[in-house]
Amino acid sequence: MLLTGAEIVMECLLREGVEVMFGYPGGAILPTYDAMTKYPQIRHVLVRHEQGAAHMADGYARATGRVGVAIATSGPGATNLVTGIGTAMMDSSPIVCITGQVPRGAIGSDAFQEIDITGITLPITKHNYLVNDVRELAYTIREAFHIARTGRPGPVLVDIPKDVQNEKIEFEYPEGPIRLPGYRPPSAADDDQLAAALELIQQAKRPVILAGHGILMAGASNELRELSERAQIPVTLTLLGKGAMPENHPLCVGMMGMHGAAACNYAIQEADLLIALGMRFDDRVTGNLKTYSPNSRKIHVDIDPSEINKNVKVDVGIAGDVRTVLAQLLPHVPSKQHPEWITQIRDWQEDGDERDILHYESEGKLFGAQVINDLWKYTGGDAVTVTDVGQHQMLEAQYYPHQRPETLLTSGGLGTMGFGLPAAIGAKFGKPDEEVWAIVGDGGFQMTMCELATAMQEGVKVNIAILNNAFLGMVRQWQEFFYEERYQATPMYSPDFVKLAEAFGIPAMRVTSRDQIEESVNFARSHETTVLIEYVIEKEEIVYPMVPAGADLHNMLRRPKPGEKQQS
Amino acid sequence: MTENHKQTVVALVENKPGVLNRVASLFRRRNFNVDSLTVGRTHKPHISRMTIVVDAARTDGRRIAANLFKLVNVIDVKLVSEEPYVSRDLALVKVRTDDAESRNAVTLICERYPARIVDIGTKVAIIEITAQEDIVEALIHELEPIGIVELVRTGVVAMGRGVRILDADYEPPVMMGHENGSYQVYGV
Ligand SMILES: Cc1ncc(C[n+]2csc(CCOP(=O)(O)OP(=O)(O)O)c2C)c(N)n1
Repeated sequence: MLLTGAEIVMECLLREGVEVMFGYPGGAILPTYDAMTKYPQIRHVLVRHEQGAAHMADGYARATGRVGVAIATSGPGATNLVTGIGTAMMDSSPIVCITGQVPRGAIGSDAFQEIDITGITLPITKHNYLVNDVRELAYTIREAFHIARTGRPGPVLVDIPKDVQNEKIEFEYPEGPIRLPGYRPPSAADDDQLAAALELIQQAKRPVILAGHGILMAGASNELRELSERAQIPVTLTLLGKGAMPENHPLCVGMMGMHGAAACNYAIQEADLLIALGMRFDDRVTGNLKTYSPNSRKIHVDIDPSEINKNVKVDVGIAGDVRTVLAQLLPHVPSKQHPEWITQIRDWQEDGDERDILHYESEGKLFGAQVINDLWKYTGGDAVTVTDVGQHQMLEAQYYPHQRPETLLTSGGLGTMGFGLPAAIGAKFGKPDEEVWAIVGDGGFQMTMCELATAMQEGVKVNIAILNNAFLGMVRQWQEFFYEERYQATPMYSPDFVKLAEAFGIPAMRVTSRDQIEESVNFARSHETTVLIEYVIEKEEIVYPMVPAGADLHNMLRRPKPGEKQQS
Repeated sequence: MTENHKQTVVALVENKPGVLNRVASLFRRRNFNVDSLTVGRTHKPHISRMTIVVDAARTDGRRIAANLFKLVNVIDVKLVSEEPYVSRDLALVKVRTDDAESRNAVTLICERYPARIVDIGTKVAIIEITAQEDIVEALIHELEPIGIVELVRTGVVAMGRGVRILDADYEPPVMMGHENGSYQVYGV
């Protein structure tokens, strides 16, 4: 078959099972856009900004576990992808980005729209390629998908000069195994490691499991649950680990870290054994490393060997696939009971419950926490929620318990404002039968709200909940605590979101009191199209608990119990 | 600083454009301090070999190895200094030899080292030494009072002793850019 490079690209995408790609055309990628006309099986979604394309690919990938694809032109098209690529890198999300490049002969000449995108993205991709020869193209795209989805997943960028896209060759798809001599993701643990881990589990009196994103990506939820139940080990979750264990499970304590449940943080600090599974001891979950879980032995299972002993020195480090390793361990894990430990954790949880803002008189105010809690209630706790970054994100993590994997999509590692709406659109493409909610702040929403047009053009339905507090809320909270309430550049003017939505043809509603929340969910469900709901919430709400950056994990700022005085 | 604080990592890498850049970028990005990094071709045209020496007090060689392992173009990595190994550094040192005293001193010093004079004139001489890094350093130290005017070192290359072999059977699927039979060790 005589094919152009561009047709080879499309042929390879088809072979990879790609059903949708998110992108934006331009000169250097035009041959590939033209080739798309011959491949109607692959749907192209025209975004409004390439950052949106990368986030959509990312949202698609997180919702499905399959590789998301973004495509852009050279120069500014490519640089607009960068934030999305960085976001995917930090959260190990498998995406493949295809960019056009100026023709080979022009590379290095500062040609129109030439940018060194492989140089720019080198530290924020798992791997990247500049394809110099059309004969390498098919191998490269196969490798790109393989690298993106296997091992510790991540973004891969393939930069293709325009003349390579145009060149014709006799094409045969390269079947057979992929030969990547330097790419061998670890899988299983060896016997010594297993024995050492079992020994620690056997001895532990106050064990805690720390479950992360790796559990979801390895599909190890069942194994996690079995380990927890068999040895009665309480489970704490990272933000990206939410969904790894049903949050209504009696052994699931909740989310750990900066805005985690106090009970989780106390449990981690008091534990005599941490079993860290598919998580990476990010500073947002450890706080001060010097005082982090000082009396515990530590087992760490992660597919990335460079994560072991990176932030926290461990007693048993196992570089392996967490599902494989748990399957190796489970047959030998003893049944155990730790009633005192479990009771202690329950007490911490009860104390936390008493401080819940939901027990406060709202005095006519609408709290963000109430909105999320009620969204949880009226969506049956079963929606796919996609958040932006800020207070609403932490409130979602606290007040929307998730029962199954891949139902909370959020930018954890990079904390990218603007992620919410495009990632929700991508997620909906991956899971068309699920109810998808984008939960965003007034600030982050305005970073990528141009994608409202994409949602309408493509006829995709997401429900957008804007929690409008007229502030960059999370930054305002830091200013309140640490900068004596000097609210520099955090009060935020916004357009009339309901009118804005209407300008896009999007049904919209404004909610100002708690008794309208149920109605707003019904309103969202009653429309076939994307819907926008603005929740006008209390301006100066605080997300508690909070571990100030760099503080000891147990030294949280807590909300006082109703009737108690604020601690100072 | 003794040799004991030094760790030596050897990496086999694909001989492709940009690989050195990836390695250098990794060190910068992770804030790894390296004492020396050398790269050269091997007996297999598509494989190059890097030797990286680090000061363990500042950067743990095991972390470097774990991170190098993650690079797709790095075929294999080994911390060779964990087991018996041979290492060599090569230096060319240009020293002042503009009087009889300095010429004599240089000759005498060279006799006590695996060094030789490869160029000599009425003003300067070039001394070549190939030896373990600490011996090269000792020679440089002795030459200093005479007057070093120019100096270049290759950086350390290393190899594990005995039958432990670091090699790869890998052949690339498409041999690119090698048609004319001349294999280059690509830089950035
Ligand atoms: C792209 C980007 N810029 C800046 C920040 C810093 N930042 C973190 S949270 C936040 C405020 C978010 O405000 P908003 O979107 O209104 O959400 P809220 O906190 O009020 O829920 C800011 C500015 C960020 N995370 N990402």
